[in-house]
Amino acid sequence: MRKSTDISPLARKPRKTGRRSPLASIALILIGLVATGGAYALFSTTASASTTAANQQLLTEGSKLFQANCATCHGMNLEGTQQAPSLLGVGAASVQFQVSTGRMPAAASGPQEEEKPSQFTDQQTLALAEFVGSKAVGPGIPSKQYLGGTGNAAKGAELFRINCAMCHNVAGAGGALTEGKYAPSLSGVSALHAYEAMITGPQNMPVFNDANITPSQKADIITYLKYLDKNPSPGGLDLGNLGPVSEGLFLWIFGLGAIVGVTIWLTAKAN
Amino acid sequence: MAQHDDGVTTPDSGAAGSPVGSTVALSSESGTGVVPLDSVENPGFPPHNPRQTNLDPKKDKNAERQVTFLFFLSIIGSVFALAAYMVFPIVPGDFGSIRENNLFLGLGITLGLLGIGLGAVHWAKQLMREDESVEYRHGTRGTEETRAKAVEVFELGDQESGFGRRTLIRNSLIGALVLTPVPAVALFRGLAPDTDPTALLNHTMWKKGVKLTHDPTGVPIKASDVTLGSAFHVIPEGLNQRSDALEQKAKAAVLLMRLQPEDLHVTKGRETWNYEGIIAYSQICTHVGCPVALYEQQTHHLLCPCHQSQFDMTHEARVIFGPARRPLPQLPITIDSEGYLIARSDFHEPVGPDYWERHV
Repeated sequence: MRKSTDISPLARKPRKTGRRSPLASIALILIGLVATGGAYALFSTTASASTTAANQQLLTEGSKLFQANCATCHGMNLEGTQQAPSLLGVGAASVQFQVSTGRMPAAASGPQEEEKPSQFTDQQTLALAEFVGSKAVGPGIPSKQYLGGTGNAAKGAELFRINCAMCHNVAGAGGALTEGKYAPSLSGVSALHAYEAMITGPQNMPVFNDANITPSQKADIITYLKYLDKNPSPGGLDLGNLGPVSEGLFLWIFGLGAIVGVTIWLTAKAN
Repeated sequence: MAQHDDGVTTPDSGAAGSPVGSTVALSSESGTGVVPLDSVENPGFPPHNPRQTNLDPKKDKNAERQVTFLFFLSIIGSVFALAAYMVFPIVPGDFGSIRENNLFLGLGITLGLLGIGLGAVHWAKQLMREDESVEYRHGTRGTEETRAKAVEVFELGDQESGFGRRTLIRNSLIGALVLTPVPAVALFRGLAPDTDPTALLNHTMWKKGVKLTHDPTGVPIKASDVTLGSAFHVIPEGLNQRSDALEQKAKAAVLLMRLQPEDLHVTKGRETWNYEGIIAYSQICTHVGCPVALYEQQTHHLLCPCHQSQFDMTHEARVIFGPARRPLPQLPITIDSEGYLIARSDFHEPVGPDYWERHV
């Protein structure tokens, strides 16, 4: 496109001198357009060809990584086993979430897989995700436009209170579920992981697909989470945002402690 | 009163350590205390130990300085609070500024009050007169003279006003006084609902054909939108337009989930209440009415955050743990011609906790 804009001042010049045919400018624009269009087409085909090649390489790498690290539990063909569910249809987003947060490969079987340092590089994670994503249709890796935290934090907060706060706590501090499971704290969770968790519903979290919470609404929720991360608690020490449990404990120990201490001092005789 | 006013008695005066009513000359009718004859004798005060401040003038001076320091601390605190109020103003829209304002203002005021309090106590403990003393209770009965005078005053009042003599006036006054609270009774009764509120608790906004819509947007939900493992927070269509939206939402809030149809254990008579594994249940806990929405998509358990009641969604929300006594009411649903989810009817039982006409 840049080429055609370069041409237009050239095309205007002849009209000033009046020495060229009026058709010359149109011809020049046409030539310019064809040249840029042709170049673009050429470039994009080579690009897609190289992408396919790169993609193929990625899938091969993913396949190898999968066989080495995941297939024991999830099956050679992602069909699942007694130990682990099938991965057909979970999508690339799910794999990227589970692997890059370190939840998978699992350290041990338990009520819930916990976050731990990731076992793979970003590139390897992507390879695994693309490989699993290529086997069956599922939620793909989200587009960057929703992850910038540039949505409406107030709307996000309302959606968060309706859809997320009952498990993750209104300040995103997390909370307990049944039989040893829990909703993790959301502070410091990256926008990508938050988005992927919503669309894939990892472990016992329900799925919030795009019909339930639209992508732009998800962006609003992410904006709210970023807001919580960036802004200090207006009430001072938040004591883990656990509500009456931690605040009550604090008052029991320090508030009542101070009262008891002062009472003893008040009634003690001076030496 | 004056005759019983013993005032402050020092321990070495003979009366010290004697129980009220025995040694102190009081008639048996004064006071209500009962002193058993075999009561343990009051051992009196331990020997008096003088304070350090009494023995050592240096310590006395020190304590004086400490008290002065505490009072000065109070002055500094009050001035600091005033300064903090001006230095850390509350900036609209900046929550951080509220925190600083509250913190420093509060610290200043605390110091201002605590300095006075601690200083006063320290002063009293270390420097004021410190010998032990007893102040005896006195009898509550007045003297014969006082009592006779009181009766005289009443009789004089009766005579002068004619309260006992003019019975018509007296009785009409009594009648008037009895009637004055009656309007208050009517007013307080007016605060109660006009009609029996039970009907309100028995029904919700849901009825046949009402679309299930997203909370809070009110956008209708298609059955195809509800993918496996999803949980939707649902309000009835038209809720947001109502003036009593919050009251209605408190009863009509619904959680929509999709399970594998073969996972559902449907009882007889409820076969048509789900739509291909999509189930809708009241979000209001049957224990004390907290919103239950902690849905676990793998175990299909629904947990109430208030008192940990657990409902098994595969068995029509039966209670598997916790204090709730009833399963959550199920909303019968189906789809309309365009594929939108609609209610088949209202809930078949009242939602939420027990109330006075409902105990099971």
